[in-house]
Parts: sequence; C-alpha cells; structure tokens
Amino acid sequence: MTDRDGAGASLGPAARAAIELLAPFVSGDALICDPVELATYECDGLTQFKARPAFAVLAGSSEDVQRVVGACARLKLPFVARGSGTGLSGGSVPNAEGALLVTSRMRTVLEVRAQDQRATLEPGVTNLEVSQAALPYGLFYAPDPSSQQVCSVGGNVAENSGGAHCLKYGFTTNHVMGLEVVTPDGEVVELGGPTGEVPGYDLVGAFVGSEGTLGVATKVTVRLLRLPEAVQTLLAAFADIDSAGKAVSAIIAAGLIPAAIEMMDALAISAAEKAVRCEYPEGAGAVLIVELDGPASEVAEGLADAERQCLDNGAFEIRIAADDAERARIWRGRKSAFAAMGRLSPAYIVQDGVVPRSDLSEVLHEIARLSDEAGIRVANVFHAGDGNLHPLVLYDDGVDGEEERAEELSTEILDLCISHGGSITGEHGVGLDKLAAMTKMFGEDDLETMLMLRRAFDPQGICNPGKAVPTPRLCGEPPRPRQGAHPLQQQGVAELF
Amino acid sequence: MPALAELERVCPARARRGEPADSVDGVVPDIVVSPRGTAEVAGALQVAGNFGLRVVARGAGTKLDWGNPPESADLVVDLSQMGEIIEHESGDLVARAQAGTTLAHMSEIFSRMGQRFPVDEVVAGSTVGGVVATGLSGPGRYLNGAVRDLVLGATVVRADGVVVRAGSKVVKNVAGYDLAKLFTGSYGTLGILTELTLKLKPVPKEQRFVVASYPQPADLGRALPALLTCQAAPTAIELERTAPDGPLQLSVLVEGRPGPVELRSAEVASVLGAADVSPVPPARWAQLPGPVSLKFTSVLSGVPAVVQGASSLARDHALQASIAGSAGTGVLFMGLPGDVRAEVLRPLLEDLRRCCALFGGHVVVLRAPASLKAALDVWGPVKGVELMRRVKQAFDPGRRLAPGRFVGGI
Repeated sequence: MTDRDGAGASLGPAARAAIELLAPFVSGDALICDPVELATYECDGLTQFKARPAFAVLAGSSEDVQRVVGACARLKLPFVARGSGTGLSGGSVPNAEGALLVTSRMRTVLEVRAQDQRATLEPGVTNLEVSQAALPYGLFYAPDPSSQQVCSVGGNVAENSGGAHCLKYGFTTNHVMGLEVVTPDGEVVELGGPTGEVPGYDLVGAFVGSEGTLGVATKVTVRLLRLPEAVQTLLAAFADIDSAGKAVSAIIAAGLIPAAIEMMDALAISAAEKAVRCEYPEGAGAVLIVELDGPASEVAEGLADAERQCLDNGAFEIRIAADDAERARIWRGRKSAFAAMGRLSPAYIVQDGVVPRSDLSEVLHEIARLSDEAGIRVANVFHAGDGNLHPLVLYDDGVDGEEERAEELSTEILDLCISHGGSITGEHGVGLDKLAAMTKMFGEDDLETMLMLRRAFDPQGICNPGKAVPTPRLCGEPPRPRQGAHPLQQQGVAELF
Repeated sequence: MPALAELERVCPARARRGEPADSVDGVVPDIVVSPRGTAEVAGALQVAGNFGLRVVARGAGTKLDWGNPPESADLVVDLSQMGEIIEHESGDLVARAQAGTTLAHMSEIFSRMGQRFPVDEVVAGSTVGGVVATGLSGPGRYLNGAVRDLVLGATVVRADGVVVRAGSKVVKNVAGYDLAKLFTGSYGTLGILTELTLKLKPVPKEQRFVVASYPQPADLGRALPALLTCQAAPTAIELERTAPDGPLQLSVLVEGRPGPVELRSAEVASVLGAADVSPVPPARWAQLPGPVSLKFTSVLSGVPAVVQGASSLARDHALQASIAGSAGTGVLFMGLPGDVRAEVLRPLLEDLRRCCALFGGHVVVLRAPASLKAALDVWGPVKGVELMRRVKQAFDPGRRLAPGRFVGGI
C-alpha cells in the first residue's frame, strides 16, 4: 500500500472502510491509494474520459477479486474492473468514489487441453498469448483484435471483441465456452463449462459483451481451433470505392466466406503510404484486402474466384502474397492506417458503426456528401466483409469551431448507420462514449429490458455503473473527439482497431 | 369466460377453448390463441397479465413435451399462424422470419438464392422459434456453430406484454446486452419469441458423407483425435451406436467445391480407415434417437469413454439403448424404449450423470412421457441456478411463462 494517509483526506467513508477491510489481505504494492500512482489508471484508450478512482487493487488471484468485490458489495461502493486499458469507449474509466480492480497481474495460462481443443486463462492473459500457448499443438484462438499484443482476454470478454477475421470466425462470444465470474454481490459462479453446452440460461452469452457491468470474469475457458492448412491474401486496387464495394458484394454472392475482407479509401491509403510506405498500387481510389483460409484445395479455388470477382468489378491491379512476408507487407498498410492519420490531420475522431453489407456503397456516398457539406475530411478504413465502418473524421483542433463540426459529422455518420438498420458499434462498445446513441438505436422498452438483466446480476447498481446501457438520467451526452494517437500506439506497442 | 372474450378482442376469430389435443405435456390449456403478428401476441400477453393466466408458447408443437411439464397452462399462444419470412437480404446473408416459420420453409426459400440457415432439422416439422427456444442444434454445429451463434436478433414479447427488440439485423453488433442469446434455449420461460433475425450461410456446391464402422469404442479413441487434427475441415462429425454391444459408426460430412470435396473426403476416409464415401447421408442422419431421449455431453477427449460408459450402463440395466450425436462437439443423445420404467431409468440417469461429470458433461432428459419425468430429475444439477432464478424473477416476476418447465423449477 502506498501513501494511504495522504490520500485519505479525499476519500469517502465507504472507500475508506473498504481500504481498511482489504489492507490486511492485499500485499503492499497491490493496493494503490496514492493519487499520483492512480493517475496511471484514469482512462482507457479513449483518453478524453478521465476519472481517478478512490483506490485501486492489482488483483493477483480470484480470491483477491472476490475480496474486493465482496467489500464493495458490503459497503455499497462502486467498482470498475480493468484489464489492459485498451478499450475505445471509456468502458473501464474508473468511478471517482469507488474501487478500480486491475486484472493485468492475473496472467497465467491455467490450462491448454489440446485434445479437448480448449484453454483456460486468467483474465489478464493477453489475446496473443492465448494463440501462442496453443501454437505448439497446431491450434489457435480465433478472435484477433488489432490490439492483440496488449489487450487482455478479460477485456475481450467484456467487449465481445472481434478482429479482422471475424467475418469467418465470429466474435469472442462464439469462442467462450465457460467463465468463472465474481458477481457484483461477491459470489463466485461458474457459467457455461468445459463442454460449452450446459443446461440453463445462456448466461455466458449474456455476460460476454456486457462491458464489465455484470461482474468480473476471473477464469475464461475458450475454444481453440485447428490452424488452417493454407492462408492466401490478395490485394486488389480499384479506381473508386464503388467498384471495390461491388467486388465485395460479388465475392459474397459467389458463396465465398473469406476470413477477412478489408477496405481502405484513397485518403486512408495516402496516410498509410506516408506512414509506412506500404506501396499500394498507385492511383488506387480504394483497395481491398481479401484473405482466405482453410483446406489448401478449397483456398486455391476460392482465391481464383475472388480474383475473378475483383477483376470483373474493375480491379486494375491484383497482388497475391507469395509468402508470409508478403502477406505481412499487404497487411502493414491496413494495420498502420489509424495511427497514420496523425500525418494527415492534427486531430481525428474514430467512429465505429455497422451497416448491412449490401448498403455499403450507398452509405459511403452519403458519408462523402456529409463530409463535403461540413468541409471536414473523412477517411475510411473498415471491415467491408461485415459492414463494419471505421470512418476517421479529420479536423484541426487549432481552428475555431472545427472540433464541434467534426463531432457533429461523426454523430451524423452514426445516425446514418442507424437509419440503414445498422448498429452504433461493431466492436468498440458503448462504454461512456455512446450512451446517447443507444437511445437512438433502441427504444425505451428495449433498454429497460437490458436493465432488468443488469439488476438481476447487480441489484445494488455498483458494478461499472453508468456504462454500456443508459439509464434515463444519463442520456444526452454528446460524443467526444479523439485527439492524437493512443499512448500505446505512440510507443509502438500496439495497433488499435 | 371473460379472459376468452378479451382474447377474442385482441386476436379476432383466433381465440378458442383448449382441447385435449392442445395438451402441453399432459396439461390441457383453457384457451388457445393464434396471433398473426407480434402486436397480437403482445395483446394476448397483456390480457393474460390482467387475468393472471399462465402461458405456454407453441410453434409446431414438436418439442412441447421437452423439459418438465408446466405446473399449469391456462393459455397456449400458438405461433403456427406466424410463418412468414419477413426479409431475406441475400447480399447480407441475413434473414428475418416470424417464429412460426418452419425450418423446411426457410430451407426452400433461402436455397433459391443458394443460401441456408445452417441448423439441421433434427425434429421433423420444427419451427425456427421452437428450435431457438430449445437451443436445438444438429450435426452442422461442428462447423457452423450452435443455434445461439446464428441468431443475430430477436423480437420478444415479455410476460407483461411489452415488445422488446434485441440485437440487430447486422452481423456485427456489440451495442448493449446480447439479449437474443439469453432468450435462446430459455424454453419460453423469459418471453415469447415472435421474430428472429438469423445469420445465413452459402449452400456448398457439393457434399460427401464419409462413413466408417468400428467394433469397439476404443477404436473411436483412435479415429476421433486424428479426425479433429486433420486438415479436411468437415462440417459435421457424427457417431451412432444402435445397440449397446453393436458396432460404432462414424459419419463425417465434408462440404465445399466439387474438386476439393473429393480430395478432402478422401483424406477423411484415409483417417478413418475402411470407409464409404457417398453423396447421400447415412440412415438416421441428423435424427434424434428415441422415443425417450436423453442428451449427454462430454469434453471432446471424453467422448469415447462416455459412449462406452453409456453403453455399459444401458446393458447393465438391460435396456435397448441407441446412441447418436456429435462426436466432434461432445453433444450426444441416447434413445430408450417408450415403455422404460422409472425404477430402471432413474438409476441409469444417476450413473450416467456421474460418468459424464467426470468429463465435464451433463445429462438432461429431453423427451419422455410426463408420468416418467415426474419421477426423474429432468435437468439435473445446474451451476449458477440461483443467478438464473434472479434473471427469471426480473423478467417474469409472476412466474406466468411456462412455470416449472426449466432448470431448477424455473
């Protein structure tokens, strides 16, 4: 414990009592009360939402989590769980009166059962470590968010993380078989199980993606898949977004399910070019990256099919990666695109919305029109295969009023997604950022029903309160801009998105 | 009967008195109502709320006797008149259908665009609502996922008659709680599903069934791991044993493009040893053994052992048992004679539960005569049941939806 007395003056009575309860059980450096040290934890990847918790515990075990949650439950003290802090919606921003439970020390791969094709992990294990642990057995863990080197499995469970390959493989929710959860009243329950099929309500399905509001996962059992025999990656360059969009539709209509179909527009390509010299074909108004995996014979025919669909829809250049190094080169431009925005613009907002795949072209045209009207540039880098857009709204925060116009445009883009029957978030989550948008996507009765589930898990309302599902008093918060790169990106630790 | 009059008002000409043929696992409802849309279901449930009626939802009625009989059923909400496919966005591989739509009808419509809802029709005549409510997946779950993985969104009428939309119509969505998963497999105890938004897949151009027979479960212990690690990427890995001492049959479905499917099915055949390769499914493919049906589960490595265990137990109890199911996912079924007696089934069930528990599995009595189920623990022990009760309490505080049918008396 550090500087307990120094911080004490600003602590509420419940937080103070919780610290008293916990101090004898939590080893010295795992209980943080020093405001300076606590500053490390005041935000996640969406840096404009900040709050300093009353205290933080770096949990080392399920028992630690249970103790902290148990103390909070007894004292009716709010708490927030946090993994690696790479979230992009403010979902793990601490509660200023309450406890922050950091799970990044719970980093043991508890079990890899190759014969059962599953692994059990502590929540602080990083996403990449799961696949690394599975690799010697010829297995892998499918969800692969771009931040996979740092993001934690516990965070993936909270956010229902996807990744570039979720077009074929689905999301975290499709790969979690069982969870050990500490409920908001401090009880330990096992949800699901090692077979992934247990009698009763699908509480695993309810918990995954609940953004840390239904409890804290302390063990995660995931399904591992056989590594595919073959992987083929194709880069296709088009004159414009429209023809690239048509190629996407044609690939899907041909009955292909690639592992990934990614698209970048001209602005995004130019940013990536400036940042990493990805050397995408010159003059491309849009590029597609199509990756196929599976049995070698299927992939070979599928690749030929995908290539034909691209050519038929106007691709003027096609490159096929001959080996892993060439594959990495193709992906480098895509993966660097977000961080590269700093080369184009002093500030930008990352939006995350979903539209039906077949509406992609229309929606992109409408985004372009909105962008023209606002006089604000928008770059598009996105998961085209599943309609998940990531428009990057570029602006200069030094110019008076531009930030407000950028925010407005970003909101309009989200409204556009909703009007096309889409979603306000495909992977970044609601957190604090999109509470207002939830009320546009869902009706009052829908939201109230979500809150019924929440109350069943958390009757006292202490588990990550004020996030994910709006309560009426929280509506109306405007979306907030994202300025500059995430600290982890700047350090070169991880790509986000 | 004032409730009937009120129901006639919300569902004109579609409310009537219940008859013996409407019996829900032996419980004859007072009233049956057949709404034509979500609004009428909502109206019916509001009336049911006003009169305190206990309600059971029914699709084609093929799995109405699964789980425990309801403690009572004053009103059956019959969804068989809601059989319309509302949207089929083939470019998005997404469809929205009313809950009473049969899997057969969906298959017919979607196949015109070369697509399918990849959930097998395990029980003939099933509606999509019934399949989602019971979470019943067939062989294809090995590759395509279980029902819960294929439901993108749902429209549900709550016990209080409020209409709720859960999820969305896009394949990627993390806004709010995934309530559609909560309703999937909830046996009508949290709300009545009226519309479902489903993820579709392309219909593969070619299919081959690779079938091999083994005298002993131990042979399965060799073949199965090899199959799970080979690169043929099958759609389904099914096993069948029609008699406790009989041979074991492994049937592997390989789907894809014509040329590659030949290569891949040949690879599976070489892994299995002496095997037949055919474009036609083997007998009883994707069928539930019965008439009394148990579901039992195991981790993958335990499948040979639990099959052996289940066979031995059946033999010890002198029962003519057949076993079938997904060896590739560890979800298996045991079929027993319709006249099996409770004194025989109860110890078998207990022993099988002990056996499966060693391999992380569970045993559930899916289908049996109500008199037999009354003497059995149909669902067995369930972890987290207290939390489930709290969810039920939140959604249906009056316990009016299929009371007693589900786990832990929910």
